Amino acid sequence: MEDTILKIDNLHVSFKTHNDGETKAVRGVSFELKKGETLAIVGESGSGKSVTAKSLMRLLPKQNSMIKDGQVFYEGKDLLKYSIKEMQKIRGSEISMVFQDPMTSLNPTMTIGKQIMEGLRKHQAFRKKELFKKAADLLELVGIPSPMERMKDYPHQFSGGMRQRVVIAMALACNPKVLLADEPTTALDVTIQAQILDLMKDLQKKTGTAIIIITHDLGVVASMAQRVAVMYAGEIIETGTVDEIFYEPKHPYTCGLLLSMPKLHAARSTKLIPIPGIPPDLGQLPEGCPFAARCPYVMKVCHSFSPSKTEVSETHSVSCWLEDERAPQVEWIDGAGGSIDERKRKVD
Amino acid sequence: MSEKEKLIEVKNLKKYFNVGKGKILKAVDDVSFDIYKGETLGLVGESGCGKSTAGRTIIQLYNATSGQVIYDGEDTQVKKSAVDKKSMKKKMQMIYQDPYSSLNPRMTVLEIIAEGIGNHEVQLKSKEKEARVYDLLESVGLNKKHANRYPHEFSGGQCQRIGIARALAVAPEFIIADEPIAALDVSIQAQIVNLLQELQQKKGLTYLFIAHDLSMVKHISDRIAVMYLGGVVELAGSEDLYDNPLHPYTQALLSAIPIPDPKIERTRERIILKGDVPNPMDPPSGCRFRTRCPKAMQICTEIVPEWQEVSSNHFVACHLYKQ
Amino acid sequence: MSLPKQEITKDLFVHAPLESGKSEELPGTPVTFWSEAWRRLKKNRGAFLGLITIILFSVMALIGPFLTENSYMDQDLALSNLPPKAAGLEWLGFDGSDVNGIDQYAARGINESFWFGTDEFGRDLWTRVWKATQISLFIAIIAALLDLIIGVVYGGISAFYGGRVDNVMQRIIEVLIGIPNLIVIILFILILEPGITSIILAMVITGWVGMARVVRGQILQLKGQEYILAARTLGTSNSKLIWRHLVPNVMGSIIITLMFTIPTAIFFEAFLSFIGLGLQPPLASLGVLIEDGYKSMRFFSYKLIFPAIVISVIMISFNLLGDGLRDALDPKMRK
Repeated sequence: MEDTILKIDNLHVSFKTHNDGETKAVRGVSFELKKGETLAIVGESGSGKSVTAKSLMRLLPKQNSMIKDGQVFYEGKDLLKYSIKEMQKIRGSEISMVFQDPMTSLNPTMTIGKQIMEGLRKHQAFRKKELFKKAADLLELVGIPSPMERMKDYPHQFSGGMRQRVVIAMALACNPKVLLADEPTTALDVTIQAQILDLMKDLQKKTGTAIIIITHDLGVVASMAQRVAVMYAGEIIETGTVDEIFYEPKHPYTCGLLLSMPKLHAARSTKLIPIPGIPPDLGQLPEGCPFAARCPYVMKVCHSFSPSKTEVSETHSVSCWLEDERAPQVEWIDGAGGSIDERKRKVD
Repeated sequence: MSEKEKLIEVKNLKKYFNVGKGKILKAVDDVSFDIYKGETLGLVGESGCGKSTAGRTIIQLYNATSGQVIYDGEDTQVKKSAVDKKSMKKKMQMIYQDPYSSLNPRMTVLEIIAEGIGNHEVQLKSKEKEARVYDLLESVGLNKKHANRYPHEFSGGQCQRIGIARALAVAPEFIIADEPIAALDVSIQAQIVNLLQELQQKKGLTYLFIAHDLSMVKHISDRIAVMYLGGVVELAGSEDLYDNPLHPYTQALLSAIPIPDPKIERTRERIILKGDVPNPMDPPSGCRFRTRCPKAMQICTEIVPEWQEVSSNHFVACHLYKQ
Repeated sequence: MSLPKQEITKDLFVHAPLESGKSEELPGTPVTFWSEAWRRLKKNRGAFLGLITIILFSVMALIGPFLTENSYMDQDLALSNLPPKAAGLEWLGFDGSDVNGIDQYAARGINESFWFGTDEFGRDLWTRVWKATQISLFIAIIAALLDLIIGVVYGGISAFYGGRVDNVMQRIIEVLIGIPNLIVIILFILILEPGITSIILAMVITGWVGMARVVRGQILQLKGQEYILAARTLGTSNSKLIWRHLVPNVMGSIIITLMFTIPTAIFFEAFLSFIGLGLQPPLASLGVLIEDGYKSMRFFSYKLIFPAIVISVIMISFNLLGDGLRDALDPKMRK
């Protein structure tokens, strides 16, 4: 496809554990990112969503991690084959990243202005005056009041929300084509989160940057993304457009996630339906589907064979044996209006 | 509602911290509310608004600067004999946020849960204690086999359940849950919340549920108090608060929460608050929220708004609703 | 997929839930913190080697002096300055010949063999070296233990009660740190008679400060932990809080600090003896022996070499073990 800007193909990442074991954090992840769209990667802690992002930026620590297999195509070129120098050029100017904790992603001993200007200088040649102007413009763009004065301030003089704005300004300094946001609002309060999400949407409209947003918050997904990839135990188990994921989820895990969330607009009497059990240990994954142990619709086959990807529609694919033609029919009970709350899956 | 029996009355509670250099942090500043027997009162607010401090002051982990916490007609802040203190401690318990740091890593689950029993029933034999612990483990969905394990072997959700069992061990009437699900994954959160609700029904517990996640608070609470910068700005029944938020801060807070429903999200108009929460060391004069309030008036800078009942059981502190 | 696709048959597509509660089960057997730490320590080769060496040297320090018939203080000028000689180890230089290559044993007609040689008074160096090791280790361990007791109590009280108590106690520590400890120690030894007790006291008088600070820092950190708050709301008494919750969690840091205090104490004792403030003859410590050997290094190098090797190996072993313990006990390394 022409408009694909980033394509990840069959990515496998492993970590060495202290007792010479191997933790398979990412196992065969593939997805595409189109120009100007927002893709959300959702999953719980340990599902491999952050590792995926870090490995495509090649930011994983060398001592204990390795990308075992797979390709990352950025505009048709495989990033995993790039040298460290070439990669540094890509980082920041073509693909940028925003991390969860804004405090640790800023250097506490440098003024904000200096840090932004340094990023700018690395990738583009500017005169000093121009540089200063550009940095101030960026701060203004992300909504920091009186940017000229604030350039001289150090990170600790900013609040959490303001810091995350600065981080976003730095990430956007060289007009990257892809922005990777790894839990950008998790450390922030709701009202500040709303500001930052708003800012990101706004900036995307202005710059046309494609965004990958990594989060565990389905609310953030619903408000930001056009497409969603749901990760569980290092695999993408379902991908689709937001509407497909939220209104026609096919994977029991996706359904479970939606049913276990309280809805602000739903009646209080609605009972939450939790997913039983706990996620598997990535060091010793069982055979078959990783979700089998917690799945209410589990079948014999799930314990011994991992399901393959099934295309439900052009945009929607899922990895689940229930989609196999031999599987028993799974019935959808749609309540009035088809809201998620009344939707439950049943096995006949 | 007024027929209901009050279990706890918090009256003009203040907790100031001396942070040195003559500065005072007013973490909780003149907070009053009641908690009725058998209900769940939700306490929401953003980080640093003093909700955790309020909880810890009520349970006497901190000594209040001034004000009263009256439990079942008894003022807990008055100095008491050691025996009275102990029996009061038995009635109130707390569940903490961080499932890992709330369990002593060098103690087994059995020792952790048995600690409270041992403190209050000294004469109990270890066999009986064990049996009690096994029962408690069962009641939170764990079993005997887990008793001689150490906390680091458990997942976050399991640790949180152990924490709940520990609190239940002394058969309390009132439990403060301080962000009990904030550190857990979405799929585990529901497990814990359902467990808390189930236990409430079985044992007739009263909860003070402290959290920043308004959607979860709304789900579990009968009434909700919204805190901002050390003070309660609004208190109402949870449906009422959601359908008819009065305070501009509550309105903004509700509108800021992203709803996991893309269709609703697409059409939703957000009230985006300007700026950040002011430094609590140096709060604004008059109404604390006025620096970010979209409806701020002249009077807000001068006079602290009064705490008033606008409609039945719906309290708010805002000049917009002055009668 | 581990098996070929064709084995997936229709009959596999039936509902097959796991037993409920299965996913709650924990793998393996319960592991205590200490057994886990021990396992990790064993994997650290250097630390394990250090541990074995320390045990070996301690055993030698206890039984070494009894392996020959000579006492560490028997003088016999007829046997003075004999080079080391051990049957079977001649090829290693234990052949009894001096710097000029003359076999002193044959020349003087001595039948006995002195494994490490003798000093100028004819005292058996083998016995003296191990006796000295014994005394050095004794001094170091007692000093470290006293540091430990004072430090833990002081640091613990300071941190646990906090506020004004902490303030006063910390100012006292600062005053103690402000005085150069060498001066304090020298004054101390000048007032008291030089001897084992005075050396230990002199080292402890300033040495506990380090331990007190470590313990205070750790307890301050722990005090804010939620499990301490939880114990308080459960009505746990202060003494229980300290002994069941705080001390076990500070133990790791205490042991690590202890492991680094012991070699420092050995070294300090050697230093004091070397400058003549240490033990008086005929008692020997490693420092005393080294000082003696150093004086006649040119002609009787063996007098210096053996105690020097022993003290070096002990120092290295303690440091290796300390490092290993730090890795094994550091809670940050645990997940």
